[in-house]
Amino acid sequence: MKLLNRSILHLSGLLLFIVGLMAVIFYINMLDEIRDSVDKGLDNYKHQIIVKAQTDSSLLRINNFEEGFFSFHEIPGPRKFKMKDRYTDTLMYMQETGDRKRELEPVRMLSTVFESQGKYYELRIINSMVEEDELIEGLLWEAFWFYVVLIAGIIVINNFVLQRLWKPFYSFLNQLKKFRLGNTGDFPQVKTNTNEFNDLQSAVNTLLEHSTETFERQKQFIGNASHELQTPLAIALTKLELFIEKGGMDKMQAEELAGIMHIIERMIRLNKSLLMLTKIENRQFSGSEEVSITGVLHQCVAELREAASHKKVAIHVEENGKLPVQMDPVLANIIISNLLRNAVFHNIPEGTVMIHAGKNSITICNTAKGDALPEDKVFTRFYKPGNESTGTGLGLAIVKAICNMYNFVVSYRFENFQHCFKIEFSNS
Amino acid sequence: MKILIIEDEIELQQSIADSLEKEHYVVESAADFHSASEKISMYDYDCILLDIMLPGVSGIQLLEQLKKQGKYGNVIIISAKDSLDDKLTGLQLGADDYLAKPFHIAELNARVKAVLRRKIFEGRNVLELANVSLDLDARLLTVNGERTPINRKEFDVLNYLMLNKNRLVTKSALAEHVWGDNVDQADNFDFIYYQIKNLRKKLQTSQARIEIDAVYGIGYKLTEK
Repeated sequence: MKLLNRSILHLSGLLLFIVGLMAVIFYINMLDEIRDSVDKGLDNYKHQIIVKAQTDSSLLRINNFEEGFFSFHEIPGPRKFKMKDRYTDTLMYMQETGDRKRELEPVRMLSTVFESQGKYYELRIINSMVEEDELIEGLLWEAFWFYVVLIAGIIVINNFVLQRLWKPFYSFLNQLKKFRLGNTGDFPQVKTNTNEFNDLQSAVNTLLEHSTETFERQKQFIGNASHELQTPLAIALTKLELFIEKGGMDKMQAEELAGIMHIIERMIRLNKSLLMLTKIENRQFSGSEEVSITGVLHQCVAELREAASHKKVAIHVEENGKLPVQMDPVLANIIISNLLRNAVFHNIPEGTVMIHAGKNSITICNTAKGDALPEDKVFTRFYKPGNESTGTGLGLAIVKAICNMYNFVVSYRFENFQHCFKIEFSNS
Repeated sequence: MKILIIEDEIELQQSIADSLEKEHYVVESAADFHSASEKISMYDYDCILLDIMLPGVSGIQLLEQLKKQGKYGNVIIISAKDSLDDKLTGLQLGADDYLAKPFHIAELNARVKAVLRRKIFEGRNVLELANVSLDLDARLLTVNGERTPINRKEFDVLNYLMLNKNRLVTKSALAEHVWGDNVDQADNFDFIYYQIKNLRKKLQTSQARIEIDAVYGIGYKLTEK
């Protein structure tokens, strides 16, 4: 969920509570205010009626509310405790304008006792009150609309104001997503006056600087290490070859030496492949020209033709144009020859290699010796399926590194008992 | 034939010298820039093996010196760098060949022979041994004056073995030479064995007076009968 929506969600929950609470308080206060003003009105009436009653005694005969809003009752004597004004809420049958029947309506009633010509009377004055349920309903609607308007307002603010405020953040995030170690691109950068974003930017950039430095050092180390190994390996190999050439060994000794030589040769291959990987990642192959992939393919197939026929592996090529790609010709050769060698040598006797060169991609499939390879691991360094021990485990990693460099997509899939490697060239 | 080895790594220098002496060349060595520079200006060599990564200075400067003195075309660069740029600079400055470390003795031998042949026989690119002759340009094998059909890989194998006659050529050196760099499949050895077997058969039927011997199962040696 986006930050904006999340804040709206939280705010709407909180606002619902606040608006509800406010509505309740507002209702109570309002009811209080209404009562106060009604009571004041009743008090005024009381004084007017008493004054009128002193002069017009006919009024004193009104003893129910049929004719007006007040009534008198003669009471036996002054009961001191009842001399005080009493306000009560009560219900009465009344016919309001518009109503057909009489209904119970809430009224406010003032009862008081006064003296007139030696007699004591109880005066009751009524005034209709607001109906509470109507008030509640009204208030509820108002609160609801208020809430709706508030949320709408917040959404508008979020979209126009907050989105603008967060803009540097999102732009920073996008740059960060595109950032890759080793691709000497610039560090993510945004212009903003917001302190938090500036802090974030400097913190992230410090981290990136550290990572880049570590990455560069590691790369340099691998490069230097394999580089420095070349000379000692050369010495070991040449010395051993000269030693074997001298002869005078029995078969057992010769076999031991052959074993040692194979190990040295393996180290040499491993080292060369590592150097190659480092060079690719260091972008030391900078040549860029139009290379015909099918041309490279034909060359590689010709190279392997005899070995393939020795293994009784048939190579079928199906092509569609020259498949021109803008890249370093050395690397083009490495990609195709690595994939093709794998396809021929990791094949079964009487197996096939099917090559399909399309408009924008090349697929190389070979009969599988065993089951599918794990898609996520085939291109990782030093991955060797099962008991395979002669390879360096770097051939496909090199292919992947080259493809990464040019933004080509290399993929593996297993279908019809065939290992299929596909490269999609993006720039052709 | 006089050959100068310029290599700061004494052990490697010694191995190379040992190997070249077996071919009956006169071998001299230099381990640093100054002695190398001195030797270059004082004597003429038929071939110079030059490690361009000398301590302190780049061997490229020696190449420039050679060019100034008009001594062209007999330098093989040996480098641990194996970078295309170095290779191109070296070749532009008049080096004949470029060999990346580590290398097989047989490969070095073949390269030296190629340089010497170019220098001495000037253009005539034919290898001859006993009654066998190999035309490198036309890629033809002639035994006793008669053409013997041979396939591409067999030709490469025979060529390599003839350049290294009487010397051990390991299977992996052979595989690498014939297949180019980056060989990492043991299947290749099997294939090499198959090629050698065919080659032997062809040499036998055409009554060539050379033979290919297996050496301890490690490699092969071509000798005159």
